[in-house]
Amino acid sequence: MNDEFRYLLARAARGKLDRRAFLGRAAALGVASTAATGLLSKAVLAQGPRAGGTLVMGMQGGESTNSLDPAVAASQVPFAYGYCTGETIVNIGPDGSLLPKLATEWEASANAQTWRFKIRSGVQFHNGQTLTAEDVAQTLRRHSDENSQSGALGVMRGISSIAVDGEWLVLETATPNADLPYLLADYHLLIQPNGGFDDPTSGIMTGPYKWAENEPGVRHVLEKFDGHWDSSIGHFNSIEILVINDATARNSALQSGQVQLINRVEPRVAGLLARAPGVHVESTAGRGHYVFIMHCNTAPFDNADLRMALKLAINREDMVERILRGYGSLGNDMPINSAYPLFDDSIPQRSYDPDQARFHFERSGHSGPVDLRVSDVAFPGALDAAQLFQESAAAAGIELNIIREPGDGYWSETWNVQPFCASYWGGRPVQDQMYSTAYLSNADWNDTRFFNPRFDELVMQARGELDLDNRKALYREAGLLVRDEGGLICPMFNDFIDAHNDQIAGWVANPAAELMAGQAPIMMWSAT
Amino acid sequence: MHPIPKLVIQRLALGLLLLFAASVMIFVGTMILPGDVAQAVLGQNATPEALANMRASLGLDQPAVTRYFTWLSSALQGDLGTALSNGRDIASSIAGRLQNTLFLAAVAACISVPLAIFLGLLAVRYRDRWPDKLISAITLTSISLPEFLLGYVIMYLFSVQWGLFPSVSNINDGMSFLQKLNAVALPAMVLTLVVLAHMMRMTRAAILNVMQSAYIETAELKGLRRFTLIARHAMPNAIAPIVNVVMINLAYLVVGVVVIEVVFVYPGMGQYLVDHVAKRDVPVVQACGLIFATIYIGLNLLADLISILSNPRLRHPK
Repeated sequence: MNDEFRYLLARAARGKLDRRAFLGRAAALGVASTAATGLLSKAVLAQGPRAGGTLVMGMQGGESTNSLDPAVAASQVPFAYGYCTGETIVNIGPDGSLLPKLATEWEASANAQTWRFKIRSGVQFHNGQTLTAEDVAQTLRRHSDENSQSGALGVMRGISSIAVDGEWLVLETATPNADLPYLLADYHLLIQPNGGFDDPTSGIMTGPYKWAENEPGVRHVLEKFDGHWDSSIGHFNSIEILVINDATARNSALQSGQVQLINRVEPRVAGLLARAPGVHVESTAGRGHYVFIMHCNTAPFDNADLRMALKLAINREDMVERILRGYGSLGNDMPINSAYPLFDDSIPQRSYDPDQARFHFERSGHSGPVDLRVSDVAFPGALDAAQLFQESAAAAGIELNIIREPGDGYWSETWNVQPFCASYWGGRPVQDQMYSTAYLSNADWNDTRFFNPRFDELVMQARGELDLDNRKALYREAGLLVRDEGGLICPMFNDFIDAHNDQIAGWVANPAAELMAGQAPIMMWSAT
Repeated sequence: MHPIPKLVIQRLALGLLLLFAASVMIFVGTMILPGDVAQAVLGQNATPEALANMRASLGLDQPAVTRYFTWLSSALQGDLGTALSNGRDIASSIAGRLQNTLFLAAVAACISVPLAIFLGLLAVRYRDRWPDKLISAITLTSISLPEFLLGYVIMYLFSVQWGLFPSVSNINDGMSFLQKLNAVALPAMVLTLVVLAHMMRMTRAAILNVMQSAYIETAELKGLRRFTLIARHAMPNAIAPIVNVVMINLAYLVVGVVVIEVVFVYPGMGQYLVDHVAKRDVPVVQACGLIFATIYIGLNLLADLISILSNPRLRHPK
């Protein structure tokens, strides 16, 4: 790389030379345009964030029914605009550690039952009001109210008292909970003035962007909020989110340059899309997983041998290869993988074993076909996955009868109702939250009807254990119980696949959720 | 009473009756859907308490008949209520969507209707010769392809490859008329291709039918030019079936374009309706259903009236 090229690169990275001119002059110096583009994007990254420009995103997961009330956010678009306009008190960083957001520091009592969070001073809401610890307390109160429709109600249930002590928020839990700060990073728990009791859908929060236009299911326009406390985020002047639910339309919009960032790239086109000029496909191994779930208390699945037979009769490698096209990792019949803190990777991987499956199936005494209910809304490619499962099970002498359910109403009529069906889980930031959401005997969504006193005891014990090695050992045992006795067949963990073009830079993978755990719009910057 | 006003009044009354029946059907239809709005809004996150709270606050615990008549009486007063799912006023949210849908339909109709009729006339003029066969081949091919495929192909060529028009047809109030036209170019193109064949074939068939008549032979013997003969003499007598088919296609352009809306991300009524069906948002589904039914019935009414008026024997009864 000669000096002239280095000079051009620096100018282009600073935005003083446009891309086309840079490539042209690089070519004149004998540098191939692919090499020059690669060097340019590295140089841009090294240059650091640049303020200005507009980000246009094309997103799946928006409906005309979306509300600005963070409590009822359930799909991808409200998730994304929530993190642009609002903030939680803590955030989970790319490495799974906690980062201060509206709380600057926090501390736990020795028994992990009393938690104190110091609320940041000098934070402004979009309406000019100053954030107080009372606003935070009120927000948490609204979400923990049984009358609320909050998606975080289950998370809040463990908190027995919410109080304010000057600048500090003081939370008491009924039982010890070492993971409490992680729970407060839930994307529903965006802090609103007076907790949103006055007007939950006002959209007035503390985030780096404020509302300019809101057309649910069509587009959302956000403007930079000048009074934001943190100058290290929020580089674009404005953000426009276009709802593009059709996957092909999203890809075309990215390729034709109408949008710069898209979510939910389908695995089967990710490889092709990555070959388009100027497009970067970002695949992030996460905690989301695709599952087949059996009710442990419903015949014939109340038989441990039958459950084990089905677990051994599924070919996980094949599913990752064919359903996820390699954009994923193997599941091990437990909802936890290496993306979680305190995961023990010495737990042996279960693999496809038709002989063992046949042995357990015969020992279960079950005869005749096993009904499996599936719809493509369970996860993309669920029908194909069920067919692969059917084939691999047939080799073990188990007949699976696939019943195709309508996608509309699947979550109310089939999932958590029928004893054996396909589903997915988005994953949670920590093991405790995943287990207490769906595997404890009293979990709100115990969709495998897993009632195991020893497991409950282990999770409860781990919750109050502040020593990390001990907690890891407890979680290992709990994980093995789900893996060997539970009703979960987890063949694969799916990657989040997003894509952006080279007009924007600053991508940092975060396993917590798609789009850098929702932080992409506020952390990326314009590179043109 | 003169038969024409009487006929119009009769038809209008029938239309209203039909509309009422349609509203009952829509309501019953939404009742049959599995799950309810509370379940659909809260989704996988629903806890039994949250469900019960939401049902109570939305009035879903009332009997269906009560809910239906409450809704109907306020709808008659122009109040469509608020959406259960996001609390927005339905009338004002629909207004913008409906305007967009009508805009796209109007653009597509302005291109497709004259084009279809002209191509139909041309096909009759060159009957069984290569122009006729070419027109039929092209229009029948385009109608045989599924809309979304046609959409993707056109999007790939005109947007991704050649960069002529945007692939995302998002229009908003801040845009000028020309910008809006540019934005809807691709969906309008696809819609034109989709509806062209039906209207063109009907025009061709209806005129060919008239061409068998004795008076056409007379006109021919008078030495009239072939195209004049078709357009001036045969066409007016073939208006009734053509108008019917045109109206069906216009209605389709308004109520049946949800696939195109999804592919081109166009903020019209179709997507709005589908979103609310998925959320079991009954008031919105009913409002949309009622608007669609009104448009459909209205256009058919218009078709009937035009075909009656175009027939001198009905216009001047003895």
